[in-house]
Amino acid sequence: MMERTVSERFEELKKNALKDFPGMDGKKGATIYVGTATCGRSAGSLEVLSSFEGILKTLNIEARIIKVGCHGHCYAEPMAVVSKPGWPPIMYGYLTPNRAQILIKRFFNEEDPALEWALGAMEENDMIPTVYETPRWSRERRWLLKNCGCIDPEDINHYIAVGGYEGLTYALKMEHGEIIEEIKKAGLRGLGGAGFETWKKWDICRDTPEFPKYLICNADEGDPGAFMDRTILESDPHSIIEGMIIAGYAIGAESGYIYVRKEYPQAVSVLTTAVCQARELGLLGKNILNSKISFDIKINQGAGAFVCGEETALIASIEGKRGVPKPRPPYPANIGLWGKPTLINNVKTLASIPKILAYGAGKVSSLGMEGCMGTAVFALAGKIKNAGLVEIPFGTTLREIIFDIGGGVPPTIKVSNVAGELPKTIKRQFKAVQIGGPSGGCLPESLLDTPVCFDTIADTGAIMGSGGMVVMDEDNCAVETARYFLEFTQKESCGKCTFCRIGTKHMLNILTDITRGAGIMDDLDLLEELAETIKQGSLCNLGKTAPNPVLTTLRYFREEYEIHILDKRCPSLECKDIIAYYILPEKCQRACDACVGSCPTEAIYTRRDRLKAIDQEKCAKCANCMDACPIQYDAIIKISPISQLPESEPRDDDGQKK
Amino acid sequence: MNNERKPDSKDELKIVKETLKNWEGDKNMIAMLLSIQDHLGYLPEESMIEVARYLNISETTIYGVATFYNQFRFTPPGKNHIQVCMGTACHVKRGNIVLESWERRLEIKEGEVTEDREFSLERVNCVGCCVLAPVTVINKEVRGQMDPTKVDGILLKYQLGKEAETKRKEESGLRVEESCEESNDGKNS
Repeated sequence: MMERTVSERFEELKKNALKDFPGMDGKKGATIYVGTATCGRSAGSLEVLSSFEGILKTLNIEARIIKVGCHGHCYAEPMAVVSKPGWPPIMYGYLTPNRAQILIKRFFNEEDPALEWALGAMEENDMIPTVYETPRWSRERRWLLKNCGCIDPEDINHYIAVGGYEGLTYALKMEHGEIIEEIKKAGLRGLGGAGFETWKKWDICRDTPEFPKYLICNADEGDPGAFMDRTILESDPHSIIEGMIIAGYAIGAESGYIYVRKEYPQAVSVLTTAVCQARELGLLGKNILNSKISFDIKINQGAGAFVCGEETALIASIEGKRGVPKPRPPYPANIGLWGKPTLINNVKTLASIPKILAYGAGKVSSLGMEGCMGTAVFALAGKIKNAGLVEIPFGTTLREIIFDIGGGVPPTIKVSNVAGELPKTIKRQFKAVQIGGPSGGCLPESLLDTPVCFDTIADTGAIMGSGGMVVMDEDNCAVETARYFLEFTQKESCGKCTFCRIGTKHMLNILTDITRGAGIMDDLDLLEELAETIKQGSLCNLGKTAPNPVLTTLRYFREEYEIHILDKRCPSLECKDIIAYYILPEKCQRACDACVGSCPTEAIYTRRDRLKAIDQEKCAKCANCMDACPIQYDAIIKISPISQLPESEPRDDDGQKK
Repeated sequence: MNNERKPDSKDELKIVKETLKNWEGDKNMIAMLLSIQDHLGYLPEESMIEVARYLNISETTIYGVATFYNQFRFTPPGKNHIQVCMGTACHVKRGNIVLESWERRLEIKEGEVTEDREFSLERVNCVGCCVLAPVTVINKEVRGQMDPTKVDGILLKYQLGKEAETKRKEESGLRVEESCEESNDGKNS
């Protein structure tokens, strides 16, 4: 009897949701979907949105505008999908308010879809190639990110219309054990980075005979350079809520927390709306969908501490204490929040749950490789052409992700100030990819054929982590990168364990000395020794993994460390203290003042022979002059070590004239 | 530190008391402190004492928690709060140069407020807009692909805006054009 009521209630909701949902096909009239997640907003999508609104009003065109989340193709923001009856939905990228106006005018009044701005169609058709045929999309397997960018995250009906909460209806008809069995069959592992088998965690938590139980969604995405969780929170919040209800039911918890970073205000606001809407429709609260199950969610804002991504620290933070980790065991699944059994899962793990139940475990386990089934989401950033989110089946190689999907390292493009002259492109070499944030490592080109999986990545010395992938090119120094990460972990160390608190400080000091050209060869052994002791002497993973960036760079880029120490030279010309900017007299053009105007510290002066030169004492080493120097001269270079810098020429008019 | 334009502490205390009186959520100290900071922009000493009294725990516990987390500030921020992102993507794209430019132009270090309380500067770990690196957030508005020239341009725009406000005169057409050019590539004006 109960089963029927659950299904009936859901059918009712779905019918209602479909009434209002426009769909991508444009059958219910013209619709414009504008991406307005944080990345879109900062690229100017709100201006594009109001420009669309303005032009539709002026031209008296009837079309609906829907604010959607992010497709993960952040490189092309602001983006919009225009769906017009008779045409396939077309995706446009790199929009500006002006382009938006012209696009509407051409498309709606002149039946010209302005294909030069289109990225492709969103559906198979005879006229326009689809985006799915482009390399950026064709290798991806959208599963977790399926709804991102296609639905309005602030309208629950959109989520239901595309199949949302279906997994929940199935789950409510199952026994607890059956759900856990299904998750086990799907081979889901914790997508927050550790890769612990999800079903095991659930099983332990369920078997602990203590009530009440709690469920926590870890949305404290603290890794600098990672933004997968943010995108899912902002673009598809209901998938997380649905996942949480199912997980809550499976382990027997009735209340859940979403611990989200304060630094993501947009995500917090979207989530708050989503939770309210779910409550209104009876999907949260007492007797969900007329069943006997109750579950509710509270949103807890983190106050900014990287260590709170660690389970026990996160629990302390929700309890209103300092986010300091505790020794494990006891694991949170036995003794967690307020001393009760607590299940903590990452955003992506929980977002996978509804899909596993709706499509069946077989669908997930058909993707990926042995030991790692399903898909992984990576955030590509740094020196890469098609930055954004990528979802690939486990087993895809790093090379495919970076070069085939990401498009490789972009060249530096210098625009000429001479009319008619073409811009000059300077090719850049790939150097390393940083995976796993401050706990991960830098992998060189020789390891790019490593297939992506928790275990294979761990073998390289890095960790899979939550999925931040920052690409570095030849201009990035390995030592400086290691120093940057140590600076980060040193600041974020909670201070509980001596080795983490003081050890990282010492490592940071040594690395800072090396980047300043003041290191000695013994430092390298000392670094390795310190790294080992910090790993052994720290309680939580922050300390245990803090030395990873140093260890991996020492392993794969030891030569760079040695050059820094022996020659006082930075081969990538990045470490500021051991490089200098210099204007080549034979290339400098007397009459040109481009560099002088660009210098923020007025360090560039005119020599007696009217050529320009840099006052090294004033120079802030910001590279502005290098960018400003017209390509036909290209006179400014970086020199390292500083000892090779030629002597400076005297100023014109005793330094009066700049 | 200059205290001239510091908000009236009596008013602040009133806001703190009001916030606590109407408190409906969990009796979670972090949430309370965050909420007070949302209203006041920072956590004055008195506010922590009030929270301690309200929750009936020691003041040092509150202070210990507040100083643990990066979000809490103990001095009032400037009128324009500038957050420079120093995430990994921003770092590999020369984010440190952007931070240095702000420091040089505002003549303060990160974590400080200018004498006239117009600007405060803060470094943040990652705002999640890695694609637009290097990023600076000015009064919650994200600006991507920053460089020293843009720093100058943004400051010029604020200065011009302030001048126009004080003079209450119409800006000359030329200046408007200039400031628009400087600022348009990032975000609306």
